[in-house]
Amino acid sequence: MEKVKLSLFGEFISAIKPSLRNPWLHISLLVTLLFLYTPIIVLIIFSFNDSRRNIVWKGFTLKYYKKMFSNEILVEAFLNSIVIALITTILSLMLGVLTAILLWRFQFPLKSLYQGMIMIPVIVPEICIGIAFLVFFNWIGWPPDLIWPLNLAKIIFAHSLFCFPFVAIVIRAKLVSLNRECEEAAKDLGANAWHVYRDIWFPHLKPSLIAGGLLAFTLSLDDFVITFFTSGPETITLPIKIYSMVRFSVTPEVNAASTVLIVVTILSVCTAIFLQKESLKKGSFE
Amino acid sequence: MLSGRFRARNENSRKVFLVTFLPPTIWLILFLLAPVLIIVVYSFSQKVGLINIEVNWVMDNYWRAADPLYLKIFAKSFYIAGITTFLCFIISFPVALAITKVRQNWKLIILVLLMLPFWINLLIRTYALIAVLRTRGFLNSGFEWIAVHLGLRFEPVQFLYNDTAIIIGLVYIHLPFMILPIYAGLEGFDETLKQAAKDLGSSSMQVYRHIVFPVIRPSVFAGCMLVFIPALGSYLTPELLGGTDGQLIANVIERQFKHANDWPFGAALSMVLIYLTCGVITVWLLVAKRKKS
Repeated sequence: MEKVKLSLFGEFISAIKPSLRNPWLHISLLVTLLFLYTPIIVLIIFSFNDSRRNIVWKGFTLKYYKKMFSNEILVEAFLNSIVIALITTILSLMLGVLTAILLWRFQFPLKSLYQGMIMIPVIVPEICIGIAFLVFFNWIGWPPDLIWPLNLAKIIFAHSLFCFPFVAIVIRAKLVSLNRECEEAAKDLGANAWHVYRDIWFPHLKPSLIAGGLLAFTLSLDDFVITFFTSGPETITLPIKIYSMVRFSVTPEVNAASTVLIVVTILSVCTAIFLQKESLKKGSFE
Repeated sequence: MLSGRFRARNENSRKVFLVTFLPPTIWLILFLLAPVLIIVVYSFSQKVGLINIEVNWVMDNYWRAADPLYLKIFAKSFYIAGITTFLCFIISFPVALAITKVRQNWKLIILVLLMLPFWINLLIRTYALIAVLRTRGFLNSGFEWIAVHLGLRFEPVQFLYNDTAIIIGLVYIHLPFMILPIYAGLEGFDETLKQAAKDLGSSSMQVYRHIVFPVIRPSVFAGCMLVFIPALGSYLTPELLGGTDGQLIANVIERQFKHANDWPFGAALSMVLIYLTCGVITVWLLVAKRKKS
């Protein structure tokens, strides 16, 4: 009797389940997205709030942005961040392309160890990489006060180290679909190595080069922990400046500076995603 | 003729090999191996006086790291990273399942929405969380509004500056790392298997335990690693959200370098953290391999 009752109950549950389960799943998805985005959206909205008390909406204003751009230290920090990110992008692209070609084209002893080593900067906790750079530059006696932009070199070296593995991964994934027969055909028709690179490799890799470059740019622009340890007191980047402001208090200026950084980041990431998507679509047509 | 051409190509390929091999390798030796090597040397050194460091190959720093005080901090770091991973899994599973059921054109948008926060600055996301959770923040204001309307007395809740805040912050930051791999695992799942099991009389619970979970286990493991490893070495979140006693291992390391000025001890602590990270990864790889076979 007891058993019959239980199985009836079970049947009832499984009968209503499809209608019950789906809404709950979708609610969980919605709640998670809300959890992820509410703080960020609130932060952006309140950068336009005409009140220092960051909690009650008092009307729209751009004064914190104006204030920000007349704050020399903030502007300098922002410029530093951009310069670092640009040079890091170029360096990471060069190193990343070379690494991708190396791993794609050649078999050599201890290759898997080499592959593992490239991923170390990505796996090891950021703080360990940060202090390794701190100790390293201190040990070789890197001159403390160089003129701009040479004083940014330390940070650029550090950023390139953890950015180029990402570039290498993106490029290598694209190299797999490179048609080597095209290259052979071009060579048979008298193309030299330079022509092959310019007319076959470059067009094929272009979307991945841009995407990889944008990833490196974003990673460099966003980095806080490694920069925090690598940079001396004389070089300030935007995240470092925001950090010192955050330690102080929650103010609309921080919201404004953060919003600028968020917008730059999202623009470059969306471009990267869009380009990847385009290249994937094209790849499926070929 | 043919062998001549072959040799030329061989020489050419050696040149290409050197051109592609040397720059990244030199870069890695200069800026990865050399710094880590110096950290290793420092960890066996001793501080002499205020700023001098003497390399005398002693184990003192490692013995000091084994002090109960620091062991407790290591244990706490593991505990918090573990709880974070567990919570991320509990939240991610239904979310990932929900994404598989969303219509195709919405799927891409949701995936991009889940990926975007990963690229937004860690510091800014933590700061955004502070603005929501602080005593005069939005969550407390919301509670206050409800309490006032219900005619209750309201005391602001202290969300920040304790271990719960660290866990909330870490879950907030690492959630996408768990959702995306689990989703990837579920997406390729053969729905007919589920149907077959149900037709043969399995309950929903049994279907998930015996059919779905074994298939997506590698993705779950991958997600767990992607959350656990960065959570274990996290510096910024405990620094900003934790209380005065809320130090995790990364904060103690930072203190040795920026405040206590005991570099050899800090170097030893960070070597221990690197070993622990590698240990966790090795265990994971071994378990993953065993499960596969």
